[in-house]
Amino acid sequence: MKVKENYESGTWRRFVRFINGEEMSEDAFRLPEEMVRKQDKEAEDSKYPEAVHSDLYRTKRERNRSDFSRMMEQYEQWSKTRGMNIFGKFYRIIALAICILIIVLLLLTVANMPHFGSADTPANSNEVPRRYIEKGQEETGAVNIVTGMILDYRAFDTLGESHVLFIAACTVLILVRIDHRKDGSLIHQELAAEEDDRKLEPKNDRILQKAAFLLVPIIILFGIYVILNGHISPGGGFSGGAIIGAGLILYLNAFGFKKTEQFFTYKTFSMVSLAALLFYSTAKCYSFYCGANHTDSGIPLGNAGDLISSGLILPLNICVGCVVACTMYSFYAIFRKGGI
Amino acid sequence: MGWIRFLIGTGCILAGLFVSCTAVIGTWKFKYVLNRMHAAALNDTLGILFVILGLIVLNGFNFTSLKLFVIVCFLWIASPVASHLLARLEVTLDKESIKEECEVDENVLL
Repeated sequence: MKVKENYESGTWRRFVRFINGEEMSEDAFRLPEEMVRKQDKEAEDSKYPEAVHSDLYRTKRERNRSDFSRMMEQYEQWSKTRGMNIFGKFYRIIALAICILIIVLLLLTVANMPHFGSADTPANSNEVPRRYIEKGQEETGAVNIVTGMILDYRAFDTLGESHVLFIAACTVLILVRIDHRKDGSLIHQELAAEEDDRKLEPKNDRILQKAAFLLVPIIILFGIYVILNGHISPGGGFSGGAIIGAGLILYLNAFGFKKTEQFFTYKTFSMVSLAALLFYSTAKCYSFYCGANHTDSGIPLGNAGDLISSGLILPLNICVGCVVACTMYSFYAIFRKGGI
Repeated sequence: MGWIRFLIGTGCILAGLFVSCTAVIGTWKFKYVLNRMHAAALNDTLGILFVILGLIVLNGFNFTSLKLFVIVCFLWIASPVASHLLARLEVTLDKESIKEECEVDENVLL
């Protein structure tokens, strides 16, 4: 019977040894080779004196390492040559298939959609939108039906959205914030971040400062206008808050953190957000409580179209605007310097 | 009177479209970043001015036209400043290619 030369290192034998528990190592399939190498090493140990042995050992290790690196090179090359080919073909086919699928789906959807503006569409024949359109102004006092909807009929939804923004800001703060030391001095990480920031961000740029000097007041005023007129014209807390946040970011870019920290710190952020969200929650709790008990809430709706009208919508718009502006600004500040 | 206004308005909008197309072609043709920004800035200023001027003429002179004019003012202030900042960042980051492309003396670069 013919016995293979490398019978002991064959796959089956190694597997059997692994099953029998003769080799408890995790890398059971590798071990026999290492054992062989160990034996070689012991043989060399006996053959050469100490100094020569260490040299030999080093060369051997280097050879092993070069084997390994060659293997890694091949492995890396594969993705650039043959792997790229396969991936390219696969990618094209899949991309084409997905494109065709999406086109077909969209065309089918368009073909099945009701004719635009026809009276029997769900949007036109449903009772809820009709109620919003016909009685919205009378019940909420807001000329802008959308605002009346999102801040009066569906105020709970908007409350959740504001909280989502606040929680998002908190989460980013948890993840990205760079800690201070206990005595308040900056740690190395923050210093490095500041230096990096100074390298890439053009601080003290005269052109930007002049432009910001012109634009920032106008932008913030426009944001306030959009917030305050949320119930009269298109706009509202979210869009106005985003505009104010953009104005603050522009100011920060032009004049640097030292100027903005005079009026906007971490404390400002937390106080403003907390106050706005708390006011929103309590106001809406009150009106929900009254509505559920069929009692008059006692909040006058005023003349539709006036600036101060439509009951709770204006203060709620201001709250949402504050939260959105603070969140926008603090996102930018956190990502740029790791803190507000 | 109506058709004269229509002609002027559409003429302005078409001129704006022409400028925008030039900007797009320039953005794709040029290789270096600053050249491409130079081409794209055409659209940010002149193209938008022509289009909005055409819209103002078509709309007549009322409050909406004033808003459109304010949009032009805002874009004319904001967009060149944004381009300036981008160009400055590019110069800060890549000092090699600006020497080759623009043939600037090294002392000029900060």
